[in-house]
Amino acid sequence: MNPPLLEVDDLHVWFDLPNGRKLHAVQGVSFSVDAGTRLGMVGESGCGKTTTILALMGLLPPTASVSGRVLLEGVDVLERGEETIAPHRWNDMAMVFQGAMNAFDPVKRIGQQIVEPMELHGHASGAEAASRVSGLLETVGIAPERARSYPHELSGGMRQRAAIAMALACSPRVLLADEPTTALDVMVQAQVLELLTYLSNELGLALVFVTHDLPIVAQTCTHAAVMYAGRIVEQGPTEALYHETRHPYTRMLWAATPDLDAHEEVLSIPGVPPRLDAELHGCPFAPRCDLAASRCVSERPELRSVGNGHTSACHFSSSVGAAA
Amino acid sequence: MSGSDGNGRALLQVDDLVVRYPIPRGLSGAVLRRERRFVHAVSGVSLHVDRGEMVALVGESGCGKTTTAQAILRLVDSDSGSVSFDGVDVTGISQGDLRELRRRMQIIYQDPYESLDPRFRVSTTVAEPLVIHGIGSRSERRGRVNYALEQVGLAPAELFVDRFPHELSGGQRQRVAIAASLVLGPELLVADEPVSMLDVSVRAGILGILDELRDQGLAVLMITHDLSTAARFADRICVMYLGRIVEEGPTRRVIEDPRHPYTKALLSVVPRRDPRHRTDVQILRGETPNPIAVPAGCRFHPRCPIAVDACREVDPELRTLAGERDHRAACILA
Repeated sequence: MNPPLLEVDDLHVWFDLPNGRKLHAVQGVSFSVDAGTRLGMVGESGCGKTTTILALMGLLPPTASVSGRVLLEGVDVLERGEETIAPHRWNDMAMVFQGAMNAFDPVKRIGQQIVEPMELHGHASGAEAASRVSGLLETVGIAPERARSYPHELSGGMRQRAAIAMALACSPRVLLADEPTTALDVMVQAQVLELLTYLSNELGLALVFVTHDLPIVAQTCTHAAVMYAGRIVEQGPTEALYHETRHPYTRMLWAATPDLDAHEEVLSIPGVPPRLDAELHGCPFAPRCDLAASRCVSERPELRSVGNGHTSACHFSSSVGAAA
Repeated sequence: MSGSDGNGRALLQVDDLVVRYPIPRGLSGAVLRRERRFVHAVSGVSLHVDRGEMVALVGESGCGKTTTAQAILRLVDSDSGSVSFDGVDVTGISQGDLRELRRRMQIIYQDPYESLDPRFRVSTTVAEPLVIHGIGSRSERRGRVNYALEQVGLAPAELFVDRFPHELSGGQRQRVAIAASLVLGPELLVADEPVSMLDVSVRAGILGILDELRDQGLAVLMITHDLSTAARFADRICVMYLGRIVEEGPTRRVIEDPRHPYTKALLSVVPRRDPRHRTDVQILRGETPNPIAVPAGCRFHPRCPIAVDACREVDPELRTLAGERDHRAACILA
């Protein structure tokens, strides 16, 4: 059997704090994505979801230290740090940043900015690069003659799609997207989500999609991972996470999310996530959990299979009760 | 429910409000006496909010919803139309009278990280409106501040009064911002995207506070681009497009039986929680329209999936739909 396209195995990230302590931002995250699948990573601010994908790209600041393995088709790209990541960055694995639409150089034409990574990585130059830019813009639904436009001449939604075109410049097979629609209106968001789904279905791109918006994951991702305090606490097919929820935190996230058709009360989640600059004991969610028992305080639950590619890190995963 | 006064007027009644911003012509334009051009941010908005009612104003960025709110509070001046608050036309009154009215109408903003002064303790921030309006002695103010903090769930208030913004979470900051707007005892609260910067885990708490204040008689105008939130919390929804309200009605009617093609399209692209739920997604193509050059006829016709020839000529009025009481749409085909 072929190895998965992207496999992350026991990833840890620590940040050095000015006071000499360390913040354990990512605490043993493992997941895999295959061609044509879309994984949504959700959780509250500070849960480690963005740090995780920045680590995959080797784009963390120097204060960060990383351990674990990141396998691209079975080859560990994290092994010797920058030396082993650099050849794959943008070529095999690319990223669309939060607010990417505002990341263009305002005084350069869009097309020129998409050509740059191609030339830098030796994929194409001159006329060939120009024709690839046209193709990429078409793929993301922008008229090829827009290559001559400056960023301010495009709307926010178009710039965000241009940013996706730029990420695709070197034909990566894995696309990491950090809140790619957060600043966009719902209609433009729909266009971008439709595009990402198309790229994954038609070009076989594997997507890892970081967002705090659960309905977006529900409607666009094949799989979902819920992160809390630096760990994945529930993971599986998106449908299973909604219809057969196996972690209280996931259930509470769904209940905190209003829905057009739902009439039940929207409930906030009491309390705050734990600090990650000290060692955690027991289940980190226990102080906010309505199912917590004494065992949860003493023993940290491991991520265990609850059936069909579905895992949960809860001692009481069988009594959680689904969101719907 | 009778939130209106004896004359059947709502607490806030906006009629045919117009706000335009001139576009700078530049020196050559002025010398050549080129025609002045305007951004038509709000072009004929009418709406009302009763006491004890929450109305959501929804629409995409640039549709004029924030400008509408600013004109209601007279943070910007309007070109024509009226904004009547408890029978007084806000657009025409003096600065002195306006100051008095401002005690009764307050606004909370999107970003609790920017709206609080980082150097002020919670008590100073919440007491500031009282100081500005010269209300109460020091100890009376302290009592009012504590009451406002407990109204927004920061209880006991003593735990929070001495903190600085950086010692609070995002949700707590927004609560402080709401407390500062409640301390004067307003009758109308305008909430401009009150939860969009907050984590989903704390949004419901903030919206719950607004919900409760509404039940106590406050009139709430919530500006949001999030239809799911509007659907769950508002009594009525006004959908704005390019400076106009194109559909208005009781929340469940608008959500379950939208009549304007723009509302239908907007609702179709709202992601639902249930992964098995599949709507017939109807994505509107074309550029976000430009409020400098508003299309003739129906302003929505260039993007409308059902437009007919007449839509290019007729600028449809917001009219009550056949067989409905408070449900209106501005579409000749609705």
